[in-house]
Amino acid sequence: MPAPQQTRIIFKHIDEPGYSNDIGCYVRHGGYEVLKKAVTRPPQELIDEVKKSGLRGRGGAGFPCGVKWGLVDRKSGKPIYLIVNADESEPGTFKDRYIIHQDPHQLIEGTMISCFANNVQQAYIYIRGEFPHGARILEKALAEARAAGFVGKNICGTNYSCDIFVHRGAGAYICGEETGLIESLEGKRANPRIKPPYFPAVLGLYQCPTIVNNVETLCHVKYIAEHGGEAFAKIGTPNNTGTRVFCVSGHVQRPGYYEFPAGTITLGQLLHEICGGPLPGRTFKAVIPGGSSAKILRFGERFKGKRKVGADLVDYDWGVEDVPMDFDSLGMIGTMGGSGGVIVMDDSVNMVEALANINAFYSHESCGQCTPCREGSLWMKKITTRMVHGQARAEDAALLKGVADQIPGRTICAFGEACSWPTQSFLAKFGDEFRQYPETKKTKAADSRALV
Amino acid sequence: MSAPVAKPADLVTVNIDGKEIAVPKGTNVIEAARLVNVDVPHYCYHPKLSVVGNCRMCLIEMGMPAVDPATKAPIIDPATGKQKINWIPRPQIGCGTNVSPGLHVKTTSPMVKDAREGVMEFLLINHPLDCPICDQAGECKLQEQSTGYGRGYSRFIEQKNVKPKRTQLGPRVVLDDERCILCSRCIRFSKEVAKDDVLGFIDRGSYSTLTCYPGKELKNNYSLNTVDICPVGALTSTDFRFKMRVWFLKQTNSIDTETSVGANTVVWSREGVIYRITPRRNDAVNDTWMPDSGRILYKQVQSADRLTAVRINGNDSALDIAVNTAAEFFKAAPGAVAVVGSGRSSVEEQFLTKQLAAALKAPASLVSRVGEGDGLLVSADRNPNVRGALVTGLIAALPSPQLTGLAADIDAGKVRVVVAINEDLAAAGLTAAQLAKVSVIYLGTHKNATSDAAKVVIPTLTVFEKSGTFVNQQFRLQKFLKAIPGAAGATDDLVVLARLVAAAGGATVASDLAGVWKSLAAAVPALGAVTFANLPETGLLLDAAPFAALPFAEGATLHYRPAAATT
Repeated sequence: MPAPQQTRIIFKHIDEPGYSNDIGCYVRHGGYEVLKKAVTRPPQELIDEVKKSGLRGRGGAGFPCGVKWGLVDRKSGKPIYLIVNADESEPGTFKDRYIIHQDPHQLIEGTMISCFANNVQQAYIYIRGEFPHGARILEKALAEARAAGFVGKNICGTNYSCDIFVHRGAGAYICGEETGLIESLEGKRANPRIKPPYFPAVLGLYQCPTIVNNVETLCHVKYIAEHGGEAFAKIGTPNNTGTRVFCVSGHVQRPGYYEFPAGTITLGQLLHEICGGPLPGRTFKAVIPGGSSAKILRFGERFKGKRKVGADLVDYDWGVEDVPMDFDSLGMIGTMGGSGGVIVMDDSVNMVEALANINAFYSHESCGQCTPCREGSLWMKKITTRMVHGQARAEDAALLKGVADQIPGRTICAFGEACSWPTQSFLAKFGDEFRQYPETKKTKAADSRALV
Repeated sequence: MSAPVAKPADLVTVNIDGKEIAVPKGTNVIEAARLVNVDVPHYCYHPKLSVVGNCRMCLIEMGMPAVDPATKAPIIDPATGKQKINWIPRPQIGCGTNVSPGLHVKTTSPMVKDAREGVMEFLLINHPLDCPICDQAGECKLQEQSTGYGRGYSRFIEQKNVKPKRTQLGPRVVLDDERCILCSRCIRFSKEVAKDDVLGFIDRGSYSTLTCYPGKELKNNYSLNTVDICPVGALTSTDFRFKMRVWFLKQTNSIDTETSVGANTVVWSREGVIYRITPRRNDAVNDTWMPDSGRILYKQVQSADRLTAVRINGNDSALDIAVNTAAEFFKAAPGAVAVVGSGRSSVEEQFLTKQLAAALKAPASLVSRVGEGDGLLVSADRNPNVRGALVTGLIAALPSPQLTGLAADIDAGKVRVVVAINEDLAAAGLTAAQLAKVSVIYLGTHKNATSDAAKVVIPTLTVFEKSGTFVNQQFRLQKFLKAIPGAAGATDDLVVLARLVAAAGGATVASDLAGVWKSLAAAVPALGAVTFANLPETGLLLDAAPFAALPFAEGATLHYRPAAATT
């Protein structure tokens, strides 16, 4: 089956020759027309459109955006804040950066529509600390939008006022966890909060109800406001509506970003047809389909079970290549769609070394607040680093699994899962490679194992 | 701890390990479990601090009764005939989970056991395991809970993290970062209770390190409470560290005598030597805290200026002779004796002081001692027991800091003998000339200008060497117990006072606690039903109404608001 055509909604103008990130260019392409119309509509109508659209959050968890907005405490009398989560840090993910760099006004328009729909008077764009250029672009774009009356006082001549501020992140992965982000925005260490009681929808920023949405999610809101929730729901597959931006990196001929209706393209089509397949003389070995914390898939493994198609339950028997790229299908086979970062590894990769790299990342990024993640992530890193650079033992495979199994489900935030799932899945899928690594190492040149 | 009295409507019935219990709304699972004698191990949770849920040791399995989503009717489990319980597949933290009606908790299930073993293993991998040289050994939660809930072996073969070993956080607290398990209790205490936000973590992940903010020091008067609440040996007291193994120490309940707050304390001693003083929980007085300043009071026991011998006119003597000498003074100056009692004496001593004054027909006065209150556990009244003197009737009005009336009486020749009970008359405004004009009989613990000038000096006991009661600012009668034997050469205050009463020609009075309390109960209606033995550990509130009009010096402190009339 040939791969479908890309459907560029969010990345419509990315890398388009002649398209620039200034407001003039954006307006020439029809920019801010949706906002102008939106502010004349009843806000509840916009919320209902988002609910109808079935839009799921694009930050990683895939939580339905309409439900998130529905949970906001609107009776407390406290102000409602909206925070744009632009702390894109998941390894293998680079979609939000393109939006910020090349089409910042799309984000601002989507944000303003969402603010208007939720009666938000103050919004923050929390941008990753390592994106200084992106922050400058956003500041400039916001100044332009303010001058043009799209942000600030009396939007588009109405009584509605809302300002957006850019806040540069503290340079840590955990600042992207929504309650960690809120702590960081409040000027503290980005230690995620315990939930309950600190659900952002009720006790978020400054203990006020708060909405935290991903950059791409808010761009989708703009599209939904323009075309309606039903039109959006027709894109993609049921429960996996709209398009998804895939950031393909690693050992393929044409890495990069690709936008497709969710669930209409399989992993195989994406990697082979769109990305040109493996590098010459190589074969695919493994792929992480949703950012480095997603569980890894091994080429050659098969997934069997029953899934819902419409009202019916049908059998499926998939290889890795057959899996449709949507939240539910990837969830069914034990991994996740996550942030859309597709990391491909071919047969040149040793999985112990790959895991050592991932563990080094997560142990460095654990906030250190709660015990299992703090101690477990560094222990796993110490084991894999020792295996690669020092003495590897056959029993390290079982030890790694034992350590990883003590982390998920027992931590304050989802970082516990993020740091342990790679180890768990690498061991489950490539356990032999770990057990044989002491032997493998003997055949390697001393300088062939430098970790990035 | 006295649980808050709740109306039945405020009670929530929960099931913990199969035991049903009704607990007040808002109670968390750790406290609810405590009520049915189920231990939920924890490190970061502290009943008097905010909940952060970071140690993950208190993970429990919880479930709620199943109801039909549509009809809300209970779903009955056919196997048991009882309502089915929907167990949450992931463990939850006990500290952050408040009770709700029908909540079911398992604390011994395989999931909980596995979670605890995992957390224990993680907490120990980078811990130095230097128990043999650690001061916390013997009272260390890591030791206790790894014994109770750990696996008992280690799978860790990597290098442990290296962190600073002896950081002086302030004048009284030393930090060993390698032992720290990052529970943040000390940080929260400093911020929330001491209101001195000086501690924080730097660096990330397992390299996180506790430290003071740049340019700051942990030097507030409550800094040693961080040592008490540190569940491990990370924070140690500069004064106590390396002095004594805690399991050798005897614990005796006592009261902090610094101020009228009357913080409840424990005195830790071995073979007649005190090594440290720590707070004792009393939710109505001091919660679980005490000031640093109260912890060093034990040093007065062995201080160089301690009075160790009865002296008459500067020469060593004996108690019998001293009492006879006093009797002669009394006889020689009928109607010209004054008694200066003390707000630092116990209720019992003040009662006997009153008997002495009555026998001598002498006026009794007290010396007030007022400083600045800190709003927490140091009140403005630096005497621990002014209210005891009011309750026993030793005085009727609040004392003043200067004994101006006595000074005038001495100058006028109306007073020729002064009995001073542990009060330095010079500090209370009497001049050397005035002291020289009268015969002073001094009962006290330490040398001062008055003991130097006194004709008769009888050494007495410090609060650590005797038992008794104080009445704190709340009019709470609280007892303290004898921790160590009296110093050589010193005599129990009650014995000395009883003998002086006899020397003054008064009736024979008891000089032991039980005996004194019999007469106290008979003489003071407010204490009618009290005996020393049955006085609760948390104290007994007396009726403050008779004294409501007095302008007490105290401002608001923890668990104390001055009456409106006195502010």
